[in-house]
Formats: sequence, C-alpha cells, structure tokens
Amino acid sequence: MTSAAYQVTHLDALEAESIFVMREVVAELERPVLLFSGGKDSIVMLRLAQKAFAPGHIPFPVMHVDTGHNFPEVLDYRDRRVAELGLQLVVASVPEALASGLVREPADGTRNRIQTPVLLEAVEKHRFNALFGGARRDEEKARAKERMFSFRDEFGQWDPKNQRPELWALYNGRHHPGESIRVFPLSNWTELDVWHYIARERIELPSIYYAHDREVVERDGMLYAVNEFLPARAGEDRFKARVRYRTVGDASCTAAVRSDADTVEKVIDEVAATRITERGATRGDDRVSEAAMEDRKREGYF
Amino acid sequence: MSTETLATAAVAEGRPMDLLRFATAGSVDDGKSTLIGRLLYDTKSLFTDQLAAVEAVSAARGDEYTNLALLTDGLRAEREQGITIDVAYRYFATPRRKFIIADTPGHIQYTRNMVTGASTADLALILVDARKGLVEQSRRHAFLCSLLRVPHLVLCVNKMDLVDFSQEVFERIADEFTAFAAKLDVPDLTVVPISALRGDNIVSRSENMPWYEGPALLHHLERVHIASDRNLVDVRFPVQYVIRPQSTTVTDYRGYAGQVASGVLKPGDEVMVLPSGFTSRIAAVETADGPVAEAFPPMSVTVRLENEIDISRGDMICRPNNAPAVAQDIEAMVCWMDETRPLQVGGKYSIKHTTRAARAIVRGLHYRLDINSLHRDESATELGLNEIGRVRLRTTIPLLADEYRRNRTTGGFIIIDEATNRTVGAGMIVETP
Repeated sequence: MTSAAYQVTHLDALEAESIFVMREVVAELERPVLLFSGGKDSIVMLRLAQKAFAPGHIPFPVMHVDTGHNFPEVLDYRDRRVAELGLQLVVASVPEALASGLVREPADGTRNRIQTPVLLEAVEKHRFNALFGGARRDEEKARAKERMFSFRDEFGQWDPKNQRPELWALYNGRHHPGESIRVFPLSNWTELDVWHYIARERIELPSIYYAHDREVVERDGMLYAVNEFLPARAGEDRFKARVRYRTVGDASCTAAVRSDADTVEKVIDEVAATRITERGATRGDDRVSEAAMEDRKREGYF
Repeated sequence: MSTETLATAAVAEGRPMDLLRFATAGSVDDGKSTLIGRLLYDTKSLFTDQLAAVEAVSAARGDEYTNLALLTDGLRAEREQGITIDVAYRYFATPRRKFIIADTPGHIQYTRNMVTGASTADLALILVDARKGLVEQSRRHAFLCSLLRVPHLVLCVNKMDLVDFSQEVFERIADEFTAFAAKLDVPDLTVVPISALRGDNIVSRSENMPWYEGPALLHHLERVHIASDRNLVDVRFPVQYVIRPQSTTVTDYRGYAGQVASGVLKPGDEVMVLPSGFTSRIAAVETADGPVAEAFPPMSVTVRLENEIDISRGDMICRPNNAPAVAQDIEAMVCWMDETRPLQVGGKYSIKHTTRAARAIVRGLHYRLDINSLHRDESATELGLNEIGRVRLRTTIPLLADEYRRNRTTGGFIIIDEATNRTVGAGMIVETP
C-alpha cells in the first residue's frame, strides 16, 4: 500500500473542506440560511450544500437580498433553482425597504450600501444566526483576513482587529442571542477553482456569465450594460459589444468584460490568462476607495 | 504559456494537482512580504489592478520602492500604521500544485498568529536576513513550528545579494539553525539561500550562487512530498452529523457524515464506536456522487454501518484493535490567546475537540515555557497572552483523543471562554493517562 494511491486533487480537497464547514454549521447552529444571489459563487455553494446532506435535502432556506436592480436572466435562474430543489426562499427586498422608509435611495442611484440594513432586518425578523456567504479570500484584501466562521455582533458588524483565532478545523460558532456568525465555505477557493468546479460538476449558470451581445456604454474604463437601472448618460456612446459577466451583483454597478468565451472551457482559459481581479474589473462599488470593502463589511455587509 | 494556463492544462489532462498549505514567518525587515510578492508575481498570480493599487499607495506615501507589504496588509489600520495585524491568506498555483499561504505577522501577537497559521500548515517557511543571521525570533518560529508539528520546515536565508552571495555566510547560518533544529522535533528541514528582491533561487536556480546545489524555493514547494505526512494507519472518523432524511422517497436511511481524520475506511471493515464501545461493520462509504471503495483524509463522506447502534455527533468511529484514548484527564501543551484574562488553575472553560464539545477545569499548570530559552518555569501560576505551558485538564465528558504528535486532528483542541464565547487557547494533547 503506497500513500501515492491515497491522493486527492486540490478541487477534491476544497470540496471536502467546504462540505465539512457546512455540516459543522448545521450541527451547531439552529437557524442557518444561505445567501443566494444567483451569482456563480452562491450557485456553487448550493451544489456543495446538496452534496453535504445527500440523500437528504438541504436543511436550510436561502435568502436573496434583492436590490430591485436585477438581471432578468439571474432572477429566472434563481426561481427555477429554488423550485427544483424545493427550497424555501426568503427575499429581503430593498424596494420594500425604500417604500417603508427603512433606507433612502442614495444620490448616485447605486443600492449596494443600502443592502446592509435590509439584510440585517431580515436576519432579525427570521432570527437567522448563521449566514452562509460565497465570499472568497482571493477576491479582495480585506477578505483575505476574514475567518471561515466570522463573528458578528448584534449590529451585524465585523471587527477585523478582534477576530477569533481559527485553528485546525475547529470552528467556534458560539454566540449570544442577537449575535450571529457569517460562514464562508469558499474562503480558500480562487476564481479559477470555482470555474474548474463548475466545469467538473457541469453546473448550469445564468446565461449572462457567457459571451453574448449587449448594448453597453463605457464608463470609468468599464463596460456597463444599458438597461432601465442604468441609462446612458448624456454624451455617452451606446454601442454593441460581445461581453460576459465575471460577477453578478446589482445591475446598476456591475460591469461586463469584453469576451468571446461562450463555453465554460473558454471562460476557464480566459480567467487563467486574465491579469485583473474580478472585482477590480467589474465592480464600481469596490473602486470607491482603498478600503471600500472593509468599510462595508464593518457595517455588516457580506 | 503562463503558469496558470499550464495549471489549467494540467487539470484538463487529468493530471492531479494537489494542495499544499504553508505558513510564512518572519518580520517585514526579513523581506517576507517581498518574498510572497515575488512568488505571486513570478507565478503570474498577482493581478495588474492589485499591483497598480499598491504602486499608487506606495507613491502617495513617498516609499522609495513599491512596497509589496501593502499587498497583504489589507486593513485600514495596517496600512496607516505600517503593521500587519492578522493572518492573511494568499493563493497561487503552478501546474503541479495549488498553494495556500497563511502569512503570519512577525511582530504583533506573533505567537497567537503563528500558532494559528501553523495549525493547518504542511510546511512552514522561516526567513532570516543573511546580514543578521539567526535572531531570537527565528528560534521562536522554529520552536512553534515544532510544537504545532508542521511536517516540513524551510529556512530561507534572504538578502544573499547583500552579503555578496557568500557561501560562507550561508553555511554558517544553515549550520547554526540545523544545530538548533536538532534539539526540536523537526522531521524535515531544507535551507535555501535566496534574494527575494532580485529573484535569486525563487523560481529557478541562481547563477549568482553556483556553489548551492539544492533546489530553488518554488521547485522545493512544488515537489516536497506531503502525501505520506497523513496518518493512514489509525482509523479515526469523528461523527459530525447524522443524516436521516425525513422524506417519502428515502426511508430508513441512517448515515454518519464526517471528514476522515486519519486511516482508511472500507466497506466490510470491522469498526468500533466510541465512547459506547459497540462494534459493527461498515456497510457502505458514500458521497453524493455515489459509493466509494475507500475513504481517507481529507475526504468528507457518509459512513453506513451494518447494525443499528445509537451514534450521535461527537462519537468516533475507529477499529476495535486501534482506538484512541477515552479520557477525562488530559495533559496538554496550551498556547494562551486571550489578552483580557489569563489561564488560571481552577479556571473553567468550554473546549472543542474534533466534533465533540465538553467543559473542562484546569487542574494544574506544571510549567510555563520560555520559548526563547526553552526554560521551564515551574513557579508559574497562570498563562498570559501568547504564553505556552503544560496544563492538566479534567473534562466533564471523556475526550476520544490521541497524542497530538501522532494525530494533529484528534490531538488538538481549542479552549473557549464561556462568558465571552471567544477562542482563548489552543491545546495539544501530550498524554492521556
């Protein structure tokens, strides 16, 4: 018997770790929920959750923080997937929160920041105490220091200087009533790992992840789709381009990249060759300042 | 072809690409951030917008060179104060391996962070400045790596360009470190002379040091043999979760889900379940993708047994002739991590060990260890932040435990403060009498 026969690939090791983390949460925390945006990372999480509890069903609901600025393809995907898996879907709606006065529309029209109070209100209402998020540490440098189990106080806030040490695979999910834990099972995955996994598992994604023709404008060096949430500004040239999305967020601040990659294999080749991070390439919200992500996370963002 | 593209090719060809986790230790002055920046840069894992952001901030601060430390220092306070607060995780890949770096700061809370980073590491990389040679901190780092049983240690003698690539300087440092490591429990030590700034011996062998016959650092990281570090002998399967679907399509299903800590589990194997001591045979080892012939670390699987026995989370599946200790009196080395209150004899805490939770009382503190001199202070009455000592614990329920030196998964535990819920200590089991 040689140890060489007992090797696993890096994807198997990552999958095993993520499944372990999900089971740990369900075993120790009574009211988990999975944040499901219809983005590729949350779609991968859903697959991992299926695997973790098979042949049983996924033992928690999913929640979508809906800014109202959605790509229709993504919303369709969300509803289809939820129905297929027989999941309970909780929608934390920004438009409803605007109507009730919980939040106010920011002057620039982007709703990224006002998602946070809406999320926190839904967490409180449903008494969720563990929230699965699809964030990865390779995405952004504030995230590079976040724990797999990230403790949040009763205001949902992250205190980066006061994090619990995380040793071995011993995760500490203990908390007082009102506090909660954000859990990031994909912490150790990179963008390329996620795409390799999507290819290996033959996971279907919303069509906007693959190259398609779309009417866009160029703004701050990024290509934005022209839609009802993001009209072209005066003086901006509207033109047709072949694009795909690397991330899926609020339709008013998520940009597309030029691409001919219309299959998962072609996307993998592109991701492997690209030299710009996915958030840097496509997210207006992260370009605001050096510490944009850290500030939002402190306030209770994902 | 870039290395990442090659990595893609490797996966496409079905050539297995495995995973190596390593921790880096050293201070900013030793060039640790430069080395990490260099590894990321040379493996094309550094993105242009990250580099541009770092260059812009460096320029704005008036740094004379692009400060690669800014890449890993992600938090506002760190950039403002020029310090690293916490363990940062970094990722890169080559055609052979995916790497996870746990980058631990050298100065601030070094013990807590180093212990955290080393707990999951297959390999630790310690940096020293060739001009300064070994310093107190280098010995401290080596000791912590041995305490945490990191299987492979690499000493990088950095800034060789500043000592004229001198073989004599390198050998003096290498010899001194090797002698020190011999006093510790270091199973595998490699020493590499490098210049992180200039790239000597990082990706390829340096022409400036023809006298060095060993591998370049990346070559070593790619090839160091880690498969046999895993314990494939002692079957240990901590039950994490019992899967019992309540549905009309799946009836009478009962599976024990968990991650294999060590050993190999196969259908037909006779097993014993602790703490009950009941025995049965493995009926099947399953994953969502179907049954598997064998399960071994680090696989997450579901085990089904031939007999219906009462098993719940925190129990352990092992073999009748090879079982962990079932013990309530635990001797352990403990690293204390809480700045607010010290560990004290008589103190009561929660502990988490494998998937098992228990309460524990500190029955005794044998000594506190000075990690610079390795001197044992037997008069110590408490352990403060970043202090390490040998402790005797009594637990409310038995732990199913092995010595940490034999099994890092079933030998390690964390200590949790019951009032604040914070993780306040890390324990490594020495003995289970």
